[in-house]
Amino acid sequence: MESDALIKLENRVNEARINLIKMFGIGKSHHYGGSLSCADILTALYFYKMNYSLEKMNDKNRDRFIMGKGHSVPTQYVMLAMHGIIPFDELKTIKQLGTRLQGHPDINKTPGIEAPTGSLGQGLSYANGIALAGRYDDYNYNIYVMLGDGELQEGQIWEAAMTTNHYKLNNVTVIVDRNKYQSQGSIDELLSIEPIEEKFRSFGWHAERIDGHNMKEICIALDNTDKIDKPCAIIADTIKGKGVSFMEGTYKYHNNSLNAEEHEKALQEITKRL
Amino acid sequence: MTKKEATRDRYGVILKKLAEKDKNIIVMDCDLGRSTRSYSITEVDKKRFIEMGISEQDMISTAAGLAHEGKIVFANSFAVFIVGRAFDQIRQQLALANLNVKVCGSSAGLTEGPDGATHQSIADVSLMRSLPNMVVMVPADGPQTEAAVIAAYKHKGPVYLRLSRYDIENIYSEEYKYDIYKAVELSGGKNIAFVTCGPILSNVVSAVKALNEKGIDVGVINVPTLKPIDKSSIRNFALKYKKLITVEEHNIFGGLGSAIAEVVSVMEEKEKANICMVGVNDTFGESGTAVELLSKHKLDVISLVNKVIEISK
Repeated sequence: MESDALIKLENRVNEARINLIKMFGIGKSHHYGGSLSCADILTALYFYKMNYSLEKMNDKNRDRFIMGKGHSVPTQYVMLAMHGIIPFDELKTIKQLGTRLQGHPDINKTPGIEAPTGSLGQGLSYANGIALAGRYDDYNYNIYVMLGDGELQEGQIWEAAMTTNHYKLNNVTVIVDRNKYQSQGSIDELLSIEPIEEKFRSFGWHAERIDGHNMKEICIALDNTDKIDKPCAIIADTIKGKGVSFMEGTYKYHNNSLNAEEHEKALQEITKRL
Repeated sequence: MTKKEATRDRYGVILKKLAEKDKNIIVMDCDLGRSTRSYSITEVDKKRFIEMGISEQDMISTAAGLAHEGKIVFANSFAVFIVGRAFDQIRQQLALANLNVKVCGSSAGLTEGPDGATHQSIADVSLMRSLPNMVVMVPADGPQTEAAVIAAYKHKGPVYLRLSRYDIENIYSEEYKYDIYKAVELSGGKNIAFVTCGPILSNVVSAVKALNEKGIDVGVINVPTLKPIDKSSIRNFALKYKKLITVEEHNIFGGLGSAIAEVVSVMEEKEKANICMVGVNDTFGESGTAVELLSKHKLDVISLVNKVIEISK
């Protein structure tokens, strides 16, 4: 992959993080940690990998992205804004009464949302349903589902993983945002989920682990899924709160607010990286 | 003697007919397809039957994904499991998202029989009624089931269809001429009327026959659709009759009785019917035959006759 293209994508990731901090504003609780940690992966999907754009958003054959871990939908809203599907100045209305930008993905209120999620564990099953529908209609699209690592504690994920394998829905790809923390603390301490790759492999999937903040690795892994004749699970090691030093590597910003000073500091830190 | 039929049987027959005509219909089940009769679609198109295994939550969310892409999905299992285990998925991805999936709860009520309490759903109607956007239908016999399934198929949104394995003689004629969304006064009476839904209608009709022979004139009102409920007809009945006895194979909390009470209790008129609720008295079922269980829970013909006599005093 050209280094020019790579740098463009990496800049876009930083832009996405800036937009997130701006969108979240001051004094209101938001899911900072998980939204920041998946910004690289979403940028790779929306601006490198997926057959998707404003013009294509209603095409039956478009690729689809499902935010299984629905509380990180803010990052998806930013991607949609970057594609011109949501106006940038609408982003700040997130979670306010009457907004199109609900706290968790809503297929009826928001353009560009491909699945209703929010109650964890339901996104992969929904993706399977979309894949099965495509099969009946002879469509050939890819479906990418982002799951949280805490979300892997939900049993329905594993029911769905069995279905993906059984029905050979090889156009379904899971990316796990392995940011190590859930709402109440460290996942390994609360309810451990490792070994993740082995779990997926035992369910008949291909699974591999990557650095979820290395754009080159992300793009290579995504490209690989096209060559593998199995459903693929990419376990992306990430840092919860990535990009803002005081948010990184803690559960405390799973859902929290920033005061004016903290907000300014966060913006400055990310802007420096551009 | 007319042959007996269970609503699940007619469901299988009409589902197959609809699926033959409309290739967008997909049927899903959780390892109970031959019991729910959803398997009937395989006689016309094996490919449109999706076996999900014993994973009700997975089935409902997968059904939602199929519906997202324009399919009309009939998702099946026993009422107690599909509503119980997958309630969150039904709430979040069918009701809230307003997707076109028909949730078919089979072997509903006490008449599931020998399997016992774990398999006998007595709260499914209550749970489904409490969801916005959910249509709730409880057909009584073969012809009414056919009408209900067709209406469910035509409705663009989620529907809960309560189906039974209890064999009864059909009450309605094959040319079901009523609007499935409307309450039907099958026969008029003086002062007292039964209000009911589902195959228990059969016991109600027999009870009324027996009461007529004693010179007691009791009406029969059948309410096949509990949501949206036919408020205007029910209000009229509440003005026509002094007492309405609701009868259901369901807990008296939250089902038909509650639905009728919700309509009647807010009526402004001073002279309106008193409601007496007959059903499962907030207790669980147990193993037994369908007939034995209905009798134990006072839903048999004799008990219904006695209830009228009791409240007439």
